[in-house]
Amino acid sequence: MSEKNYLLLANASMAKLSDIPRLEMGDFRADCLRAVKEENCRISAFFVLPGEGKEDLLTAILADPEQKKFRIMQSAVRDGKFPSLTAEFPGFNRFEREIFENNGILPENHPNLKPLRFTGKNDRIGEMEFFSMQGKAIHEVAVGPVHAGVIEPGHFRFQCMGETVYSLEISLGYQHRGIEKMLTGMPDNKTAHLIETAAGDSSIAAAWNYAKLTEALGGITVSSEVEAIRQYALELERCANHIGDLGALAGDVAFLPTASFCGRIRGEYLNMTAELCGNRFGRNFIIPGGIRFGVDSTRLEKISKWLHRIAPELWNALELMFNSPTVLDRFENTGSVSKDDALALGLTGVAARACGIDINSARDLPGKNAFPEVIDCRKFSGDVISRAAVRYEELKKSHDFLFGNFDDFKTSISPAERKNPALANDAIAVAVTEAWRGELCHVAVTGNRGEIKMLKIVDPSFHNWEGLAMALRNEEISNFPICNKSFNLSYCGHDL
Amino acid sequence: MNINTLTHLCCFVAALFLAPLLPGIINKVKAFFAGRQGPKVTQLYKDLGKLIRKECVISSTSGGILKLAPSVILVFTVLSAMLLPAGFFMSPLKFEGDALLFFYLLGTCRIAMVLAALDTGSSFEGMGASREVFFSALAEAAVFAVLAFLALFSGKLSLSHMLCISGVDSWMDFTPVMLVIFSLFLILLAENCRVPFDDPETHLELTMIHEAMILDYAGPDLAAILYSSSLKLWIFAGLITSLLIPPGVFPVWGEILLSFGGIFLCAVIVGIVESSMARYRFLKVPPLLTAALVLPVIAILFYFFFQGGVQ
Repeated sequence: MSEKNYLLLANASMAKLSDIPRLEMGDFRADCLRAVKEENCRISAFFVLPGEGKEDLLTAILADPEQKKFRIMQSAVRDGKFPSLTAEFPGFNRFEREIFENNGILPENHPNLKPLRFTGKNDRIGEMEFFSMQGKAIHEVAVGPVHAGVIEPGHFRFQCMGETVYSLEISLGYQHRGIEKMLTGMPDNKTAHLIETAAGDSSIAAAWNYAKLTEALGGITVSSEVEAIRQYALELERCANHIGDLGALAGDVAFLPTASFCGRIRGEYLNMTAELCGNRFGRNFIIPGGIRFGVDSTRLEKISKWLHRIAPELWNALELMFNSPTVLDRFENTGSVSKDDALALGLTGVAARACGIDINSARDLPGKNAFPEVIDCRKFSGDVISRAAVRYEELKKSHDFLFGNFDDFKTSISPAERKNPALANDAIAVAVTEAWRGELCHVAVTGNRGEIKMLKIVDPSFHNWEGLAMALRNEEISNFPICNKSFNLSYCGHDL
Repeated sequence: MNINTLTHLCCFVAALFLAPLLPGIINKVKAFFAGRQGPKVTQLYKDLGKLIRKECVISSTSGGILKLAPSVILVFTVLSAMLLPAGFFMSPLKFEGDALLFFYLLGTCRIAMVLAALDTGSSFEGMGASREVFFSALAEAAVFAVLAFLALFSGKLSLSHMLCISGVDSWMDFTPVMLVIFSLFLILLAENCRVPFDDPETHLELTMIHEAMILDYAGPDLAAILYSSSLKLWIFAGLITSLLIPPGVFPVWGEILLSFGGIFLCAVIVGIVESSMARYRFLKVPPLLTAALVLPVIAILFYFFFQGGVQ
């Protein structure tokens, strides 16, 4: 009915900015809410495009799994404010807080307008009014920003009665480096590096997204073999992280064998990535126009043999954990997030699938990903064991892919030169990759000289942190570590 | 000084020196199951040596209890170790009722630890203290059920007499004793903060019990607490071993060797348990401690049923 109310854009493709329909704020609001509440759309990005003298444009990029494309629409912001959507759909919460902080535009009647990254002039990081409870038996536990383990900084504020947590509030921003600001201007050799290191554990996914953006905006095509190898690297990254997290989960419930084995096996997958491209985290491998290091059949054969040797050890270690009654007792019915909550909060990736939500951006938003095979999510119920089981099944699927398509890889791919192609002017491009945590979205908007006016990064963690806070409701406080590990969200990917 | 006292003294001194080996043995077993090399068995000695040479850092918000607690814990643990018989060599300090003193000396250590944890004002230590008190209240019931059985069985209330049971000569006696030993092993795991009750390896403050309470300690204070913990493990392993070794069957040196070997074997079993299961969630701990209480109660019923009452 409303084809004209939004622009349909495929994943990893571009459109002229002038093609995006501009709606009245009332229509924009109604369309956004209808799309996310009734039409199965998800918020991929929601931001304000500064008008630079002209009107600031509130921009919504919604993923539409039925049309397999993004819906893009805009609306002008008047008087530095717009009516908040959060009260009607909580998935907008963080996006609107981000807009308030970055652009100084007020989302009116936002129910929880607190600092997100503490980047405002008068903000002091970590200092805000936390939710608190009153009562004799209530006690408050503050954890972080410095933690006992070797993890990133973040502050967690628990309101507890005895061992039971009534509310958890998560305050981040300690890792804010201003990456999005550094990315503006003409793209140079540093751009790819900055994007890769926004969240170092998803380097391959991020670099691929950047390649998709520049290829779309620069009119470059790459061969399907190159895309297949990029997917190969992405699956290695997914395996390494899932293995590491499953091992860490075992470690947190003091189940030693799986914890130690997974720690070692994760290293093997990182080393395979290094064998593929010279870096254990796949840095500098995927570049606009191709891959930085050549790949031939002998190298893939070597990695394939390596995989065949290690994979049985991996299944052994994991089955040991999944068959251990004491471990299952800790994981089952711990840290549950209901499907309704997950949908409302806009969770993505592993966390969403574990709640029984059938989403996978590799399938729902076909772009250049060659891996549309997805797991059956219906049986999962949103607890820690579900998140662990999703990872286990994804590991199986990844291995099917890694084993399947490359045993007869005959051609060799030569390395591409690192260059920064000229980008189309006044255009927008959106790229989404199903990274190991979930949907990683990059939006590039170019100016009239083909410079990057804005490069918006939406890390899956940005959606999912609220899910962790929700998982702790009425949970034992001692179960926080396994809930946290089962999500394993990125602090730096959120803080940018 | 008679030969019994001399032997007991030698064993006691040996126990003081050998106790830090136990955590080392447990860690070595765990490393073996994890396919790792693991720290040396003697690691705790090195840690203690290192800690003693450091200075204590005391939180400026704490009162005096934080400073006092490690000495109380060390002295009272050593004192309770002196009440323990070595093999069938009775403690020279024994008197009727010393079993009660023995467990309440250890109880005083816990009170000192809990008060010191509260003294710091840290929310983690408060949580640790609350959990410790809750679980030890349940464990205490089990301990006294065990004592009740042993008192019935030996007709005495002195630890030296109760543990050197000479009457175990038939399966009728052996079965209730085995139940009690299993219960004692559960108590050992609970009292010494081992898996599945607590995880001594964890770095996660929110899940800690014992570890949370000692977060504020450093230097010699921490050394005293770590050493006392290893001695406490030795004491509980000694309780189990003394019950198991039949007195008067082996020569003196065999008896001593057996009791020391039994204690080390206990550490190995603890290591195996820790390598093969995950830690329980807190809600599942009270049922397990109730099992530790029920076992000696069954043993008492068993004893009455088959023995026809107190002799």
